Amino acid sequence: MSFQEHEQLHIKKNVKRKLTDTELQILAAEWSEHCSYKSSKQHLKMLPTTGPNVIVEKGYDSGVLDVGDGYVVTVHIESHNHPSAVEPFGGAATGVGGVIRDILSAGTRPIALFDGLRFGNIENDVHARWLFKNVVAGIANYGNCLGIPTIGGEVEFDTCYKNYALVDVAAVGFGKKSKLIKNHANPGDLVLLIGGATGRDGVGGSQFASDMLEGENRSAVQIPDPFIEKLIIEAILEARDAKCINAMKDLGGGGLSCAISETAESLGIGIELDVKNVHLRESDLSPDEIMISESQERMLIITNPKKLSKITQICDKFRIQCSVIGKVKKDKMMHVKKGKKTLALLPADFVARGPLIDRKKSKPKYLSKLSSSPKLKNKKSLSNVLLELLASPNIASKHWVFRQYDHEVGIRTVIKPGFDGSVLRLDNGKSLSVKIDGNPKHCYLNPRQGAIGCFEEACRNVVCTGATPIGMVDHLQFGNPEDPEIFWTFMESIEGITDFAKSLNIPCVGGKVSFYNETSDGPIKPTPLIGVLGLIEKSPLIPTSPSKNDVILLVGQTKDELGGSEYYEYVHNFIGGTAPQVDVSESKKNMKSILSLISKNLVKIAHDCSKGGLAIGISELCIFGKIGCTVDLHTISALSPEKTLFSESHSRYILVIEKKNLKFTKMLLSKNKCSFSELGKFSGDQIIFESDSKPILKLRVDKAENNYLNSLEKIIQNG
Amino acid sequence: MEISKIKRCYQEIKFIPLNQRQNVKVGVIVFPGSNCDRDMYHVLTDVFKLKAEFFWHEKNLPKNIDAVVLPGGFSYGDRLRAGVIAAHSPIISDVKKLSEKGIPILGVCNGFQILVESGLLPGVLLKNESLNFMCEWTNLIVNNNKTPFTRKLKINQKIPIPIANGEGRYFVDNKTLSQLKKNNQIVFSYENKVNGSISQIAGVCNSDENVVGMMPHPERASEKEINQIDHKPSSLIFESLIESVGMKN
Repeated sequence: MSFQEHEQLHIKKNVKRKLTDTELQILAAEWSEHCSYKSSKQHLKMLPTTGPNVIVEKGYDSGVLDVGDGYVVTVHIESHNHPSAVEPFGGAATGVGGVIRDILSAGTRPIALFDGLRFGNIENDVHARWLFKNVVAGIANYGNCLGIPTIGGEVEFDTCYKNYALVDVAAVGFGKKSKLIKNHANPGDLVLLIGGATGRDGVGGSQFASDMLEGENRSAVQIPDPFIEKLIIEAILEARDAKCINAMKDLGGGGLSCAISETAESLGIGIELDVKNVHLRESDLSPDEIMISESQERMLIITNPKKLSKITQICDKFRIQCSVIGKVKKDKMMHVKKGKKTLALLPADFVARGPLIDRKKSKPKYLSKLSSSPKLKNKKSLSNVLLELLASPNIASKHWVFRQYDHEVGIRTVIKPGFDGSVLRLDNGKSLSVKIDGNPKHCYLNPRQGAIGCFEEACRNVVCTGATPIGMVDHLQFGNPEDPEIFWTFMESIEGITDFAKSLNIPCVGGKVSFYNETSDGPIKPTPLIGVLGLIEKSPLIPTSPSKNDVILLVGQTKDELGGSEYYEYVHNFIGGTAPQVDVSESKKNMKSILSLISKNLVKIAHDCSKGGLAIGISELCIFGKIGCTVDLHTISALSPEKTLFSESHSRYILVIEKKNLKFTKMLLSKNKCSFSELGKFSGDQIIFESDSKPILKLRVDKAENNYLNSLEKIIQNG
Repeated sequence: MEISKIKRCYQEIKFIPLNQRQNVKVGVIVFPGSNCDRDMYHVLTDVFKLKAEFFWHEKNLPKNIDAVVLPGGFSYGDRLRAGVIAAHSPIISDVKKLSEKGIPILGVCNGFQILVESGLLPGVLLKNESLNFMCEWTNLIVNNNKTPFTRKLKINQKIPIPIANGEGRYFVDNKTLSQLKKNNQIVFSYENKVNGSISQIAGVCNSDENVVGMMPHPERASEKEINQIDHKPSSLIFESLIESVGMKN
């Protein structure tokens, strides 16, 4: 625990006395990068946060979107990177637990989970494999037990995550607008701590996460207990229905210190609490440890004294512990006592609003050293390249992963994981489509365009289900922000995301920043992750198998943008070249046109064209339908066949159209001035790509399927 | 619910017309950690228009109840062994009494594990052969269509339905297995090898055939929106119940 110079000055200026040990501990936790966002807070303000669907209330830990008919959807995203890199099972599981409580604290029931996972190269790194397997098991163990379906996400492998793991979890909640918790508190109200007992796990977790990962500080990792979390969810929702909750907050990073100071600050109240009343796992916990422990499955509730007996009764039913730890005061102070002795007495806003830092930025030197095109040696046949890519860990089916997640519980899952965006049905007859996307390979080469690309890709995925994007969450993950070159990549990303969000009118309803994602091997590549929520008013487009003579259309332009592509990086081991860039007006036009085609029932399948390019997108459709196709590349672009097949240009959609709808579809696309080409049609049992009417790539669908479906499991089975 | 489905149900069920189904009361038992209770309730009430009521595991079951469902989930967080703690809940003694009276009782997933642990059904459920939790769509084959939950199904009829469990591998010793076969107590089996269950068993019943346990989730497969393969076979599990209860009344 140490304060930087400007923080010491800030303390001196505001508190005219020596701080107590407890106060120092509280401030160290709350002013950590993890809790205070001291490097990023002032920049996050640039993101657009309002829109017709957005409901803003004070003290919410999750974004709230109105989906009509008196219902709301809530969403939040978090990561648990440091803990997962040290203890993958527990770290990932508690990451799930934390984000779920953020959804719960708005008064909504969590209905779905999504996770973005990133590891080192699992093909040759046993440790990366161990991390991967245990993170998946931890997520499965926690989410399945709670009965919250994990219905989507992504898994990616890159050597920049060697000895590390990125575990991002997004959660979605659903509920009645009338039952949202309208956070408020009156002097005399009681402050309750509900749920798991406070122990020594996770002590100093937020500081641990606000530094480079060097040692293995296992005591900073929290211990998961999904059973208690399940009981808390049910108890809280019952207490919500009984109108027992005035205000509520999850205990996460920074533990009680953070929850108390932030609640007091956001509600403009004071809170006086006695650490003697906190129920403990170990009786000899010191007051300082109690204040900064990050033990899981705990919620802070503010209630009227008259409602206490009802809450106690509910907690008794579920056999979860509930302690009255303090009360609400008028004085706007955070007052921590043990019995009669005062341990900390500071203004809540002073604690909650840590001093911010203006970080320096400078364009990284590596960017000018990247070469523009690879020396492509030992030319392999295109069929072999396609087979190799289909089996590569980043492209191969993630069936092995999502099979371990209960993705059906809750009986809302209309479009199951494994395709583009997943779709949930809502109680008002509408459907919600959600997708999260990241792409560190693109972001490394061009942090601004890479971030926009992730955003656009997530939008494309929900658009493919027939959904209109209504909100987004972002999770910005970088190395040490004190390094001006890393901070530059952060600024580029957030500016890019802001520009795109503004031009598409998609509000940012939540997010998180995670810095210090680095080990002694160096920082991670910039890894912003974007989650997009889309709303479907009528019924979603559920993909059905392509049949013989169905036509394949490609909407969007295929450009010479292979930088960061799987083709360059996986096949040729080359990092460099031009990363894909989003043309905003084309992006908007294509999204609008695809949605209009879907609403007119003209489309059988709309598939996003992204990782691995056109070759992979079309192969995936063939594998899905167990049918071959013949595609003429000549119609697409003047680029070489390799570039046309594997470019990862954005704003592209592969459409499967029944012959009878072709004419009308083409007419509408022309009318909307979309660039598109008719590639060919489905038939036979081989994937055939032709150039100038000569076959340049031929691959049997069953062979492609075998590589695509089984390779990830094979890698795992090897240890 | 869409009109066509209501009509279809109405035509198929002779004994209890839609407007009288509210007289049929199904108890859905909720243990700490149950998580398919609300899904089951939705299907019973919103889809099949029955009257359903939740019963917390410490409560008593009314004597005039028509059927009981033990839904899936992770009762007591699967501690010790899936279903074993819940099998000692106070409500289980009422379930036992009702089973002796011949009341239809269905245990799904964790509910099946609880029925097995409480001795109402034979066998045990072990960790899947993959050693992983498995959430997958499978095909069930109907082996016994005399139970209150399968009477409207045909022998060997296929039911597309999802499983979602970590401990779903059914096991009995050879002697019990031959007894089960002799008594026609194997109600469902998997079409393909799924998790290493003995004889690919997915569901069994007691010797009186009124208590049925199954690992797959019929409540996740009986609506068209969420079962795009074919929701009708799974719906017949619930329609069988309606017919059985109707005949008794």
